[in-house]
Formats: sequence, structure tokens, C-alpha cells
Amino acid sequence: MSDVVEKTLTALPSLLSLDSQPGSAKLSTNSKLGNLIRGITELTSKHEEEKLIQRELLSIKEQVSSPNTTMRQMKELMVRTIYCEMLGYQASFSYIHAIKLAQQGNVLEKRVGYLAVSLFLDESHELLLLLVNTVLKDLQSTNLIEVCMALTVVSQMFPKDMIPAILPLVEEKLSHSKEIIRRKAVLALYKFYLIAPNQVQHIHNKFRKALCDKDPGVMSASLHIYLQLIQENPEGYKDLTVSFVTILKQVVAGKLPMDFNYHCVPAPWLQIHLLRILSLLGKNDQSTSEIMYEILDESLRRAEMNHNITYAILYECVKCIYTIHPKSDLLEKAAKCIGNFVLSSRINLKYLGLKALTYVVQQDPKLVLQHQMTIIECLDHPDLIIKRETLELLFRITNAQNVTVIVEKMLDFLRVSKDDHTTIDLVGKVAELAEKYATDNEWFIETMNTVFSVGGDMMQPDIPNSFLKLLLDGFDSVEEDRKLRLFAVNSYISLLQGEPSRLPQRFLQVISWVLGEYSHLNGDLEPDVVLRLLAKLLDMKSSSSETKSWVLMAMTKLCSGGAALSVAREVSETYGSSMDTMLRQRAQELQHLSQDSQLQTRVLPQSSSQEAVEVDSSLSFLDWFVSEALAAGAAPYKPPHQRQEEMSRSKALSLEPYGLSLPISMSSCSVADRQSPTLLSMSSGLSGDSTELSHKGSSTTLKLDGVKRVWGREGYLAQREPEEEAAQVETPAPLQSPSQQGDKDSSHSQAPTPTQTPESEQEKQQLASSLFVGLASQSSASLMGKSEQTSQRFRRKARSPDKSLSSSEQLTNPLGSPSSGADNLLLDCSISSELVSAPEQTHLQSLDLTAANSACDAPDGDTKGRKTLSRDDSVSAADVTPHEDPDRPKDLRLASYLPAELSGLSGLPHSEITLVCSNQSLDLSACHVQKDDSLEFVVFIKNSSDTSVHQVQVQVSCEELEVSCVCDSPAEELKSHSVTVCQYRLTVKRPSVYFELAGVVHYQLPAGSLQTEQFSHKLPLKSFIRPLAVSTEDYGTMWLAFSHDTKQNLPLLSDEQEPLTATLNVLKKKLQLHVVEIIGKEGIVACCLRPDQPCLLHCREHAGMLAVWLRSPVPDLPDCLLYHCQRALRER
Amino acid sequence: MMRFLLLFSRQGKLRLQKWFTAMTDREKKKIIREMTTIVLARQPRSCNFLQWKDLKIIYKRYASLYFCLGVENQENELLALEVIHRYVELLDKYFGNVCELDIIFNFEKAYFILDEFLMGGEIQETSKQIVNRAIESSDMLQEDDHSEWYEVELFGP
Repeated sequence: MSDVVEKTLTALPSLLSLDSQPGSAKLSTNSKLGNLIRGITELTSKHEEEKLIQRELLSIKEQVSSPNTTMRQMKELMVRTIYCEMLGYQASFSYIHAIKLAQQGNVLEKRVGYLAVSLFLDESHELLLLLVNTVLKDLQSTNLIEVCMALTVVSQMFPKDMIPAILPLVEEKLSHSKEIIRRKAVLALYKFYLIAPNQVQHIHNKFRKALCDKDPGVMSASLHIYLQLIQENPEGYKDLTVSFVTILKQVVAGKLPMDFNYHCVPAPWLQIHLLRILSLLGKNDQSTSEIMYEILDESLRRAEMNHNITYAILYECVKCIYTIHPKSDLLEKAAKCIGNFVLSSRINLKYLGLKALTYVVQQDPKLVLQHQMTIIECLDHPDLIIKRETLELLFRITNAQNVTVIVEKMLDFLRVSKDDHTTIDLVGKVAELAEKYATDNEWFIETMNTVFSVGGDMMQPDIPNSFLKLLLDGFDSVEEDRKLRLFAVNSYISLLQGEPSRLPQRFLQVISWVLGEYSHLNGDLEPDVVLRLLAKLLDMKSSSSETKSWVLMAMTKLCSGGAALSVAREVSETYGSSMDTMLRQRAQELQHLSQDSQLQTRVLPQSSSQEAVEVDSSLSFLDWFVSEALAAGAAPYKPPHQRQEEMSRSKALSLEPYGLSLPISMSSCSVADRQSPTLLSMSSGLSGDSTELSHKGSSTTLKLDGVKRVWGREGYLAQREPEEEAAQVETPAPLQSPSQQGDKDSSHSQAPTPTQTPESEQEKQQLASSLFVGLASQSSASLMGKSEQTSQRFRRKARSPDKSLSSSEQLTNPLGSPSSGADNLLLDCSISSELVSAPEQTHLQSLDLTAANSACDAPDGDTKGRKTLSRDDSVSAADVTPHEDPDRPKDLRLASYLPAELSGLSGLPHSEITLVCSNQSLDLSACHVQKDDSLEFVVFIKNSSDTSVHQVQVQVSCEELEVSCVCDSPAEELKSHSVTVCQYRLTVKRPSVYFELAGVVHYQLPAGSLQTEQFSHKLPLKSFIRPLAVSTEDYGTMWLAFSHDTKQNLPLLSDEQEPLTATLNVLKKKLQLHVVEIIGKEGIVACCLRPDQPCLLHCREHAGMLAVWLRSPVPDLPDCLLYHCQRALRER
Repeated sequence: MMRFLLLFSRQGKLRLQKWFTAMTDREKKKIIREMTTIVLARQPRSCNFLQWKDLKIIYKRYASLYFCLGVENQENELLALEVIHRYVELLDKYFGNVCELDIIFNFEKAYFILDEFLMGGEIQETSKQIVNRAIESSDMLQEDDHSEWYEVELFGP
């Protein structure tokens, strides 16, 4: 078929002279559009084209705005406008007319109108609101074609907020009598699901109906939604597996009408869709996978015809087989299939073969070995795409033995590749491999040099950052560190002596930093030589001011004594008057420090990089400055986002409720005012008015909180020893034997190509053995993939979880570069002369904090004593309020161990006691108790063995929660079959829909061995919600002050007498919200997590839905709360 | 899911553009520019698939016209190639020996066909007969038509 089309298309020139054949191509030779198109083709320059189009647009503009233009003419004009837009000329004047045409034209004109709208506007265009009515009207039309058009345009682009307006009508179409309408409606709903999943949640059962539709077209349309749903939650749809398998069986057996065939293959799109769904369902699930083995086998067998579409099905089958729970004979067949792809002479199939190999290499490295010669050939393939894919495959099989060869191949590719995205991606991979498997210092530094020069300024900023961090943190041996750094210094000096103007800015920054920190390691290197080389960078025109500032910082570190001083003076004079304030600042620092060597050694001690830098990120030492300024009448500080919001608010008309009587900027100002003095005096941890800042901190400030802890002395020492051991134990796989085996394998699987000369063949064999070394031997097959298992040369001391976050700021802000502690001090120096007092204050503050912590731990003994007293098996179950599962006696017995203050007497209900972890000696259960101001989390430790255990210790932590222990470290000895209890108080640090508590219990068995057991427990946000009793006035003030909001429509309990009240009552009951007031169709509701973490809800009855608007000062809280509101209403 | 479909000539002139997800004009222009440069620079007889950012690009040349489809990463490349081919077949059936000029002068028809074939970035109808019936019957509408008979034609009795 394609040949026929291609032939006709090549006969194109002859067609130009002919009139079109009857009944076929309707070349409108004398239409205005035709004239325009011909006019354009006759032109020779872009400039002329521009003139012509502008003229055309001008005349169109005149005509469309004339009242005499009929809809029919309008349609013709619109087609011409579309053409002009396609050529890249804007015709925004016509947008409104396109909407008008869709609104007023007859069916033919409407069609063009809708087309124009869908081409001109995007989802967020404001004019789209005008289309909503037209769509509504057409959806209700009796003319089926109009309904079709409306559904098409709705799936193409529709404003998200307006979906509720048309949703009922689209839903209704799901049961339309015509299959084409049902199909389009399903696809429209699919689109809605993609852009606003919450809106269509309530119609999930209708999707099921669509899946069972008698028309296969509708059914296959519904699979789009299911694929999406299953991707998000495979567990929820396991029950459908059998149905999907049955459908696939019928399709494969050719039970569908002929209409669905494509080149004699039954419904290939449907087949592939089903295969993808099955692979999602069968992943990591043996029993589900077993259901589908038979049909997968059948599909593989049926798809034998030599046509693209059958290969497409085969490819999907293979992917599915490798994704689900493995079955050996299927895997064998799939592997054969991949082999056919790889060996195919068709380039597209070869490409997919390589992709498939990449996909399966971790499960089946032997398959790669079978095809090693083909892979080698692909490495030299003329098509870069094939080469690129081969490198991707090699990246997956890299190990310590073949890394040099593979990285070299990658760098070769990088040098010829012109595509930016490929470069960025590949550069990152090379850097990763180099760091992971580096064989020696020289190779590592040189590889990274190439990475920096080739990757240039495009590469991900975390590459230079992690490189610098690696140099800074060092490895296990001090001597190795020194050697690596020294080698880097020498290598960079020779680069700078060459042609530094060719190097990318990022590389220059790296060089400057390394020279600044480590050039003293080379004893032969005079500082003034380095300074001169650096000064040369400053004079280069190509250097950006960011680079210059890095260079100046490096110079500041080096400018001690002798000849260096004169260079420093020269430079600081030049840049002391620079227009760039950052450079000026750096130059000033350089000047001052170069003259005062004492100060310099204190501010920039050479060994500073080795030690953890104590940073007072809250800048509390400036509190006195802030309070003085405030006392003198300065305006309180507002974080940038708040300022921005106020700016935008004061510009726009205020359309928000509760804000009518208050001038907005005033009100939020007063809120801040009220907070500031108390906060300042109470805690030095939060300086100024940065309460908001502390919530939002991650995005707006340098995140230095984590740094201290992670890189602190104890932090890395703890992890270091086990790693050292591991490094010693691991021995590299024998070099010789795997390569030999590799050779053998290759000669088995493939006969040498006769055309090639023996030498080149030998070369390839050699390459193969160096590439696939380590793959064949059983022991090293497991080396792939996981970095933990490999023997790394550059083993980091500890990995910071927020490495990327903190490091990404380093390049953009030289202040935050690894020696930032010193820099901050430097800054302080220029702001105030109180340099000496600052560190002391910091120190004091941290002392205070630890004191507070231990104070919190102290009273434990007391409570524990009381509890052990109250622990009595005879306490009857009636005392406690058994919340759920009364038929579980074990729970009840455990409940009696609840601390007295939490147990039934005080009337606090506790949640169901669930078993969180159990082994032969201990049973751990947990529950939580909601108190007014906090959530108490209780862990019951029961010794289920016959011997007593000792030293039982429990630790509980959660990233989003603050966990403070009320009662910890239970009994020294836990007797057989006795129970002890730990109690924790939880408060929310960062809202989340669910909180995952991670816990560890340590205990000692009588035999003396120390045991550790981990457990986890999930808590919904719901448990933390407390009613917030406020008056309507307070509510109004608070509403305006909060910056994080979210809006959503929720289902309304419309079957009740007063739907709004009923719905709010459900929320009140289920989520403990406080209903402040209900006025007519609106209601306001408030709640909080802690008193300083409120969330306000504004609810309005609208079009049969409950329009909810949530606001809170805490990021993410509105979204998380909304989720629970939705659930509460759905579960009712 | 498909993200976009572009048709452009050997000279890099855009003939048809369809975007299945919301995108700003700027992004669209950038993609069009990059796609034409990348695809036109490809040698004949090389692989029809490309990786571009997080998308798979599948292109195929029919005479002087390039069809270029951008799909999400989990999609099947070979199937996408058949999507292009089926679209060409549909155009061919409608225009009868379709050529680039048909598409230039009747681009709105090409869009209508596409809308019946794909919807919201997914395949809607793969049958040539049904797509064609849908297009032709709405083509035959007249202004004063009372839309009884063609409905029978389009949707079956």
C-alpha cells in the first residue's frame, strides 16, 4: 500500500498541470485560498512572503469585522486565516470570529469554526470561556454531527475549570444509542481524566460499563482510561485481569468484525493496548501473571507474518513477558524474538532490538553476550541513532573492568554529536560512570576534563557540583585524596597555560575553585603564578561575571604574601569599581584580606574544608539588628512570595470574599506586625518575621540545615567503617577467564562475516572481549545496575539525601559553595564588625537546643513508672473504649496497657491496635490516640517468647513529622509474655496525605546477640486534624493572610433536605472540622493541625456540586486536606 | 499517548500541525523548528525513530512530504509508524491518489480526517471505511439540509 502512495506522490509534478481527476482531489484552483497559496509559491524571498501575508491579513481583518459578511464568507476567510497562522503569522484578531463561527454557523461552517478554535487557542486562553455555551448547546443538539463536533473539540482543548459545566452532558452520552457518540464521549472523559482526574472520580463505575460495551470500538476506547488508572494503581484492578485476557483471546482468534482488521491483522491497536495493561497487572505478581501466560504464548505464535504491525505486537509481547513474573519457556521464546530483531537487516527492527536488549539486560545479561558481535557492529553504524542506542545498552553493562573502553566510546560519540539533548544526557552518564568505576586518578581527572569541555554550559549543574564535593569530601585514605587533588591541580594549571578562552564557563569555575582550595598541595607552585593565570581569566572577554566572581574568590584564598600581593592589589583595584556589585564585593574582600593576613587565616583557614562548617542558617546573631530596626520604625520583613502576592493583589480587582471592607495590603501588614515582636523575643531560631520562610524555606533560601548533620564528624565516621570492610572483602573478578569465555560465546552464536578481513575481525573480537568482560562470569553478572554492589574506587563517605538540592545552589550562588561557612563570615564582616561575637552566639544557641532536647527526654522515667504500675492484666476491657474490631481479644488485652492518661478514663478514643511487626521473640503493635493538641503514638512491645529479652529500645522517625518521645527506652528486661509500652507525641512538620512512620527496635536475646527489627506504620493526615474554633471576623482576617490555596468541586449530598448542611456535617463528623457559619448557600469551615497550622475552607453550593476553596499558610496542607474531604464524602 | 503530529515538506514548510496537549505558541514554534531541522537532516534509509527530550519521534517520508509524530516514552514505535501509515491511507482514500497539493489546498479536510482518526492523542477509529463514511457524509451537508438522511448514512439505520 505504501508503495502505491509513494508512487502517486512522486508523480506530483505532472499533476500540477492537469486538472484533478474526477471525484478525487478537489483542487480549488480559483478560490481565494488557491490564489494566496499560489502567490506564496511564486515568491522568492522570506521578506516578500511577509509583505504578502501582512497584506492578506489586513484584508481579512477588514472583512471579518464588516457586518455584511455572511457566515459562508466567514468560513472561507477563516480557512485562509488558518493558513496564515500555519505559516507562522499571528492573526489574533480572528480568534473571536472563529468562536462566533462555531456558535452561529450551520453545521458545515461550524465545523470550520471549531477547527479554527482548536488550532488558534490553547486550554488556558481566556476566549475559550465564550465557547462553553456553544459546546453546551451542541452537546444537547438533536443533530448527531453537532454532538460529535462538540465532543471532538472538548477532547481537543477545554478550560479545566469549566469541565464541571459540561460533565453531566458528556456522561449522559455514555449511554447514547449510537456507538460513535459513546466512543467519543469515552475519549472525552479520558481527556478530562488526564487534565483533571478529580473531576471524573465519581464516574469510575461508568467506565466499567464502557468496558463491557457491546461495541468493540467503545470498549477499546475505554482501555485508554484503564491503562491510565492501572498505571497509577495496579492493585485496584487485578480483578479485571481475567476480562482483559478473555478480550485479548477473542481478538487474537479473529472474533472481531473485519472493520477492525489492519492489513489482515486483527485490531493491532487493541492488542497492544491489552498487552500493555497486562504487563502492568502482572508485574511482581505471580498469580496474576499465571493467568496470562497462555495468551502471551498464543500471541507470540500468531504474530508470524512479515509486516511492521506484527513486529509491533511481537515487541510489545516481549516487553510484557519480561515485565511480568518470569516463566522460562516464554522467556526463551521472547529471547529468540529479540534475537530476530537485533539480527534483522531492517534498521527499525535493529533499533528496537537494541532497545529490548537494554530493557532486559539486567534480567538476562547472557542475551547480550550472544549478540556481542552485532552490538560491536552497531557501535560503528553510520546512523547516529543506532550508535546512541548501543551506548545506552553499554551503559547498562558497565563494570569496573570495561569502564575505560565504554567511556571512551561515549566520549567519541559526544565529540561528533550535535544534538544538545543527547549531549546533556550522555555527559551525565559518563560522569556517573567515571565516578562510580574510576580506575585511577589520572583517568578520572582526564575523563572529567573531557566531560566539562564537551558538556560545556549545557550539562546538568549537579555534575560539577558533585565532582567538587567528591574532591572536597575525599575518600578513605588521606594520601589518595592528596594525590587526586594534586593531579587535578596540575592538570588544570597546564590547561590554563594553554588556551583557557576555549573552555566553557562552568569548567573555568570548577578550575578556579580547585586551584583556590588545593594549589598549595603542589609545593613547587608559587601562589603568584597561579594568581597570574587566574587573573588572565578575568581579562578574557568571554568570561561571565559569575565566573569572574568564582575566580576572585579563588584569588582571595591564595593571596598570601610575596609577589602574590601585587597581583591581588592590581586586580582588586580594577574590580573594586566594577559596575557589578557582586564583583565589587569580591574585590573588596580580596583587598582587605590580602592586606590582613591574620584575618585571612582566621576567615579562610586552609584546613577548613576538612571540617564540618557550623552554619547558623537562621542568622539569629542579627536579631538585635532587626529588633533595633523595627523599634526605629522599619517595616517588618516579608518573604519574597508574600511581597509578590501582595503586589499582584493590589494591582488586580479584589474579587475574593471576606476582603471587601479591608484594604488588603494594610491587613496583611498588620498580621505580620502582630507576630513580629513576640517571635523575636521568644526564639532566636526564627529571626525576623520569617515564619513563612521556615515553611517555604526549601525554595527560597539556601538550605543549610541538613548539611551540618549529614556531613558532621559523627555522621560520616559511623558509616565509614562498614564501607571500608566491604571494600576489602570485594575482590575484582578475574580478568582473564571471562574474556575468554566471551570469545567462545561469540564464536558460538555468530559466524564471522566472510567479507571482512581477518585483521578487522580480530580487532572486533578484541573490542568485544574488552567490552563484555565481566559479563559472562556468574559472579560479576550481579555487578550490573546497582551501584552499591560494585567496588567503587571513589567511595563517598556519606551520601546526603538532599545533595542535589543543596548542591544545585552552589553554582548559581558562589556564596553557597563548599567553603560557604567562611564566606558567610566574610559577609558578616562587611555588614557589621561584630565578627567575633557571631560564632559564639551560634554556639550558645546550639547548646541551648541540645539542652532543650534532653529536657524533653528527662521526665520519661516518671511516666514509665506510673505506667508499669497500671499495667495489670486484670483491668477489664470495659474500661477502655474498644473502637474497632471487638472480636480481636488480643487487641483488647493490649489496650489495657495504654498509658493511663490516654486510656478510657479520659474519654479519648484510640485507634485500632494493629500488629506492625512480629518475629519469634517480639510482637510489636501500635495505635494512636487523638488528643486535643497532639497525636499520641503508642507502641506495644510484647515478648512472645519463653525467655526474657533485654535492652529493648525503640526508635521512631518520620520525615514529615516531628516525633518527640513521651516515654521511651522501656524496661531493661522484658520478661517472657509481658508487655511494655512506648509513647510518642507526633506533630506535623510538613503536611502529607499519609505519614509513613519508620521504626526500629533493638533488643538483646539472652544468648547475648543484639537484634534489630524494623517496622513501619501509616497514619492518615485525618488523625492530625483538629477543629479550629474561630469567629467569622477572625476567619475573614485569617483568610486574607494565607497564601496557599486550592479549589475543587466535591460531590454534594443532594438527596438530603439541606444538602450543604448535611455535607458539612459529614465533614465535621469524619474529619473533625469546625463549621464556623452557614449563610444561605455558603458555609465556612476551619480546622488546624497545630494552632499555628490552620486551614480554612470556604464551601459553596454550586450547580449540584460543592465548590470548595481551601486556604492555609502551610504549603500542601490544602491539597492534602482536600484529598481527605473527597474520601470522606465518597465513603459516606 | 501522542503529543503532536506535524506534516512538512522537504523544504521545511509546515503543511499541518496537530497538538494533543496544551502548549504555548512559543513551545510549538520551537518544536516545529527543531523537528524540521532534525528530521530533514536525516539520511535516507536510516532509522525512522528518534529520541528527543523525553519524547519519541517517529517520522516517515511519503514523496515530498514528511510525517512526524511525537509520542510519549512508553509508546510502541512500530505502532506509531503504522498510525502515520494509516493516516496516509485515509488521505489517499479520501482524495484518491493523494499528493502534497491536495493537502496544501484542502488542509482543512486533512484536519477533519485526522479528527475522526485520532482524538485526544489516542487512536479513535482505525477502520478506513468508517472514518471515510463520517467525513463524506458531513461533507455532503447543505445549508438548508434537515440532516435526516445523512445521519442514516453516517450512523447506520
